[in-house]
Amino acid sequence: MSAFMESFTQLRDAKRYAEIIAAVPYAQLMGVEFGEAEDGELQFRLPFYERNVGNVTLPALHGGLIGGFLENAALLHLMWNSESLEAPKIVDFSLDYLRSGRAQTLFARCEITKQGKRVAHVLIEAWQDDRSKPVAVARAHFLLSSGS
Amino acid sequence: MSQAPANAALLQAMGELFVSFPHCVTLGFQYLGTVDRKPTLKVEWRDELVGNPATGVVHGGVITSIVDTCSGIAVTAHMTELETIATLDLRIDYLKAATPGKAIYCTAECYRMANQIAFTRAVCYHDSPDDPIAHGVATFMRDSNPKPMLTKEGGA
Repeated sequence: MSAFMESFTQLRDAKRYAEIIAAVPYAQLMGVEFGEAEDGELQFRLPFYERNVGNVTLPALHGGLIGGFLENAALLHLMWNSESLEAPKIVDFSLDYLRSGRAQTLFARCEITKQGKRVAHVLIEAWQDDRSKPVAVARAHFLLSSGS
Repeated sequence: MSQAPANAALLQAMGELFVSFPHCVTLGFQYLGTVDRKPTLKVEWRDELVGNPATGVVHGGVITSIVDTCSGIAVTAHMTELETIATLDLRIDYLKAATPGKAIYCTAECYRMANQIAFTRAVCYHDSPDDPIAHGVATFMRDSNPKPMLTKEGGA
């Protein structure tokens, strides 16, 4: 078990969300926040920052950034809901862009569709002011053990 | 068969424009140029881009951003005149972990420019595209927005 996973487990059990983000440099750079929503499920937030913009004339959040936000959400969601002491490794990530990400907070929620011994499948959905109008939907596969 | 860009001046302007987008500046993308309608971008390894603090491996989101950006530039290599494009979907296969401390390169190509959709593929690598870290495929909507990404005075 890595020192990172050990500290993640401690931070999770104490629900110290901001410190988890601070431990993942690129999540911190994007400006990700997360916490438990009223229904007890994890919800991820990305407040609008100028540094995350792609097309400046719209302006719209960079598509790659939306991907990074969703991939990061899937990873943290999986780690949060798993007892494994090994960090999952992403195998593949597929993302459909449905609407452009406007200059406002982007939200995301994940669902673990399947958690097997070796592989987990996670669905991710991102929206802004109306959850029924998603900005993007994505899915990812993670390897759960190094298999050695 | 090698192919010159459909509009070399437009491609150069778009290559420079795409890496000037705020999030690309945040990540530190550099446009290295285009050979055979295949553009290459580079990003230096930095602490801030790490996804796994235990290993120092770059976050997958950085790979997603460089694939999206480089693939978009590859589409512009096929444009005779300026048009706005938007990513429709994107898939990344993470073939192996990136090596901490090493720069990552991405080379993309648009292998089919249809009337409304452009189809792209890209590889990310350290030393050679024959030894990739990640592979990405994407589709782009052509003429996606009446607001141009670049004004006519912008050089295109």
